[in-house]
Amino acid sequence: MSKFGLVTKGLVKDNPTFVLLLGMCPTLATTTSAMNGLSMGLATLFVLVLSNMAISALAPAVPDKVHIPVYIVVIATFVTVLQFLMQAFVPDIYATLGLFIPLIVVNCIVLGRAEAFANKNSVFDSALDGLGVGLGFTCSLTVLGAVREILGSLSVFGWKIPGTGDGMLAFVMAPGAFLCLGYLMVLFNKFLAKK
Amino acid sequence: MEILLIIISAIFVNNIVLAQFLGICPYLGVSNKLSTASGMAAAVAFVITLATLVTYLLNQYLLVPNQLEFLQTIAFILVIAALVQMVEIVLKKISPVLYQALGIFLPLITTNCAVLGVAITVTKEVTFGGVTKMLGLGEALIYAFATSLGYGLAMILFAGLREHLALNDVPKAFKGIPIALITVGILAMAFMGFAGIA
Repeated sequence: MSKFGLVTKGLVKDNPTFVLLLGMCPTLATTTSAMNGLSMGLATLFVLVLSNMAISALAPAVPDKVHIPVYIVVIATFVTVLQFLMQAFVPDIYATLGLFIPLIVVNCIVLGRAEAFANKNSVFDSALDGLGVGLGFTCSLTVLGAVREILGSLSVFGWKIPGTGDGMLAFVMAPGAFLCLGYLMVLFNKFLAKK
Repeated sequence: MEILLIIISAIFVNNIVLAQFLGICPYLGVSNKLSTASGMAAAVAFVITLATLVTYLLNQYLLVPNQLEFLQTIAFILVIAALVQMVEIVLKKISPVLYQALGIFLPLITTNCAVLGVAITVTKEVTFGGVTKMLGLGEALIYAFATSLGYGLAMILFAGLREHLALNDVPKAFKGIPIALITVGILAMAFMGFAGIA
């Protein structure tokens, strides 16, 4: 696959949210607004790129029997680094996303890419793969967040649509997450997944 | 009274799947049949309670006194992974029947974010019934067990719905996960009604 293909495949063809159905918990929990979705996506992207690179470099030295625990420790290390960085520079976003930042450790996308790609490809290719999958995840989360924000509070990225009242609160709360993701998946299947 | 509040809040008001979005992957993955759903629910209840006990003690007596809280994420995930392995080995030895029933679900639980989620939640302040406070060990264990009961409840309700759903003819684009998500959405809406209790 071309280098360019590695970066773009996560957007539609191998989209982690709509096609592979990975990382559902943060997808549903943090997309109360477009901004939150974008932040969560970028946080995952950060861990994904770094852990992919580290695991690709470490893979030849790791005995097969203990590779899963080793990968988990590597991922947990980068998540801890991310927690420090976010606490220092964007404490507001860190507080909003809360529990779901440490939970990136158990996001199946990250371990999935380590197992399926990073441990048998070069460091550079693994970085591109992490970037591609991370971008796909970020896009899905931002779209889902934007849809919920528009329906739920009639605003986009915190900008209130003028001349409108209150939105449908249910879309910002739990049921809206499931409903919006469900219907977005239907649209995705209908128009994009056809090959 | 307070214990009762914790239990009701954890099972219904702050249901782990329908309000907190934890453990969604196995929730969607193994809820096709009622029998596998109840097996998974039992395995999760067992592991969540045990993992909370161990991580709570670890946090209270090792990490906090040594100001190592920043190692929480790494320490907890390792403990949980090791614990799941140990439970598997012990169960195989002492209760082959239970192992047969829970066996295939156990390795999956390491990456169930509900386990790590509850373990981290009980080390911070928890809100229930309008009160926000730190939980003691006993309360934390009750909270963990009640949360996993809530997981089981949501799982079994959904598995029952899905068994009926499988018999219906839904449009092609809705087949599989999309219609399942929409169903969970409606279920979550029903659970929102419990918010009135709190």
